[in-house]
Amino acid sequence: TEMTVRDAINSALDEELARDDKVYVLGEEVGEYQGAYKITRGLLQKYGPDRVKDTPITEAGFTGIAVGSAFAGLKPVCEFMTWNFALQALDQIINSAAKTLYMSAGQINCPIVFRGPNGAAAGVAAQHSQCFAAWYSSVPGLKVLAPYDSEDARGLMKAAIRDPDPVIFLENEILYGQAFPVTPEVLDKDFVLPIGKAKVMREGKHVTLVSFSKMVGYCLKAASALARDGVECEVINLRSIKPLDKDCLVASLKKTHKMVVVEEGWPQSGVGSEIAALMQELAFDELDAPVLRVTGAEVPMPYAANLEAAALPQVDDIVKAVKSIA
Amino acid sequence: APGTIKVEVMPYKMHRLDAPSNVVETSVEELKTFYHTMYRMRRMEIAADMMYKAKFIRGFCHLYDGQEAVLTGIEAAITKKDSIITSYRDHCQHISRGGSIFSLMAELMGKAEGATRGLGGSMHIYNKKGHFYGGNGIVGAQIPLGAGIALAHKYRGEPNVCITMYGDGAANQGQKYEALNMAGLWNLPCIFVCENNHYGMGTAEWRAAKSPLYYTRGDYIPGIKVDGMDVLAVKNAVAFAKAYALANGPIVMEMDTYRYHGHSMSDPGSTYRTRDEINAMRTERDPIERVKKLLLANGVDAAELKKIDKEVKAEVDGAVEAAKAGTIPPDHWLWKNMYMAPLGAEVRGVLPGVYKSPDFDPEYKN
Repeated sequence: TEMTVRDAINSALDEELARDDKVYVLGEEVGEYQGAYKITRGLLQKYGPDRVKDTPITEAGFTGIAVGSAFAGLKPVCEFMTWNFALQALDQIINSAAKTLYMSAGQINCPIVFRGPNGAAAGVAAQHSQCFAAWYSSVPGLKVLAPYDSEDARGLMKAAIRDPDPVIFLENEILYGQAFPVTPEVLDKDFVLPIGKAKVMREGKHVTLVSFSKMVGYCLKAASALARDGVECEVINLRSIKPLDKDCLVASLKKTHKMVVVEEGWPQSGVGSEIAALMQELAFDELDAPVLRVTGAEVPMPYAANLEAAALPQVDDIVKAVKSIA
Repeated sequence: APGTIKVEVMPYKMHRLDAPSNVVETSVEELKTFYHTMYRMRRMEIAADMMYKAKFIRGFCHLYDGQEAVLTGIEAAITKKDSIITSYRDHCQHISRGGSIFSLMAELMGKAEGATRGLGGSMHIYNKKGHFYGGNGIVGAQIPLGAGIALAHKYRGEPNVCITMYGDGAANQGQKYEALNMAGLWNLPCIFVCENNHYGMGTAEWRAAKSPLYYTRGDYIPGIKVDGMDVLAVKNAVAFAKAYALANGPIVMEMDTYRYHGHSMSDPGSTYRTRDEINAMRTERDPIERVKKLLLANGVDAAELKKIDKEVKAEVDGAVEAAKAGTIPPDHWLWKNMYMAPLGAEVRGVLPGVYKSPDFDPEYKN
């Protein structure tokens, strides 16, 4: 059977709301509107307004309220209509949610999930197209997850809600409507993926392709194209940006000795920069070529379709980068 | 009841609400408790000032002396199942929620025996069991957090409120208005307590607020202005506010108070206000002197109060000496309690190749 990423997240939320009455959902348009992207469709009708709370458009305020309720023992799932709007609430995420367990010497944990679409959508220009994976993954105290397919979305969302720490859950608007095959195991109500573990999507021996979210699909396409030319790529889906699965990356590098990291975010201080630094620190002798980065261009996202495409990694870019070292 | 003393306090100023009576009932026993509680806070903060100047305390340190009646009156009107959250001026909440002066002093000195094991410092003190949620360093951030704690009380059907404390400086923060709006929409049992000490750091209220009538600035949320230098006025008003909040939702309280010290230790507190103003406050409105006068007028012997003073001084001095003799936190505590579920993941130290697996160890046993 197949399931869209939207239905995967929706069913995970539904099942976790049913499983634990401390879990509640809040955010803009999550209730009566049924979710700006329909991720929370049907939940208000099923669980009522105390557990599916519509908020005004006041991110700093409702994020603080969500974090405070988590300190006091509830398990909020706080939706940002897109992650761009969470910039208004950054202080509550970083200074309140991420640091309080440490500052309180282990007394006050913060079991919260912040979720919403991240990265570039289509044709929405600069203020609505930005990847925050690198930002949040730099913060001690946070866990950062980025699902690619429906299996990821279900298993990681359930893991995030059941986790006692603050989790940043980076979805992708363009993937919401995409259907992926799912096994009966994935549809089990207790299907939980481990946080901090990457998944090898395709095995290969020549070059390791590392990515997360939508770019995993691009890497798989690039790997198929490259295979026709005799280059076998190993494709790693990070799933978890923090903690980062260093062991999986190093193990793959030991096999291929070459690595290309692909992300939609900007290059400076990006996820790729971190992985490149890690690989040369942890496995310098294994490298037969520099770790390459394929990233979003270092510009605010333009509106026109051709310029937008030029600002984002395309499958051909990944192929070119691999060929330059293969 | 026999032994009941009736005291007239300054009439409350009200916003969208009828005033409670300004005749407050108390007793000699209660007044003695207030005297003891406030004097303990006062001596502790004075000791912190001295220890800071003697370089036993680092970083930021914000003192509460002058404002003791606010917290003391609040605690007299609520239970320990009600929650409190405040700003970085949080030493006395630690005491009022059951913490010891020793653990406060040890925390200020960065010792392992401290309230937060030397990891939080002056601004980050908490007591989850005592429903005290800190100790928050970013001006105004505690206000929506407090509304969220109130939401949790309501969600679970508990008959409790969250006392959400902030200063007149934070009262202009945008997120306060966001929190008030949602607290109003959702009828959250949140008491927004603006401790108006008249200066946000060095900026006088009238230079920062178009309207310094903070009790009215919840607009659609009712408010009450209280003489925050009078513990009885505070106790009575908070009891009224708690009943209101549980029945109806949020309420704003403005406590008219004064801090004797500067904003923090780097502020002598004298460039933006006059010595005369501070001295007038101390001689005319001091919250401890007010209770002392009431006790003396009701037949309590001055010698008895002197005895309380002496006991408190000895307790504070003992706590200071014990804190000085405390141990510094061991280096490996650096890696504890970043995550409740650390998942075996590693975090990096200063040098390449240095990776540690953080553990969750709230008892600091390992």
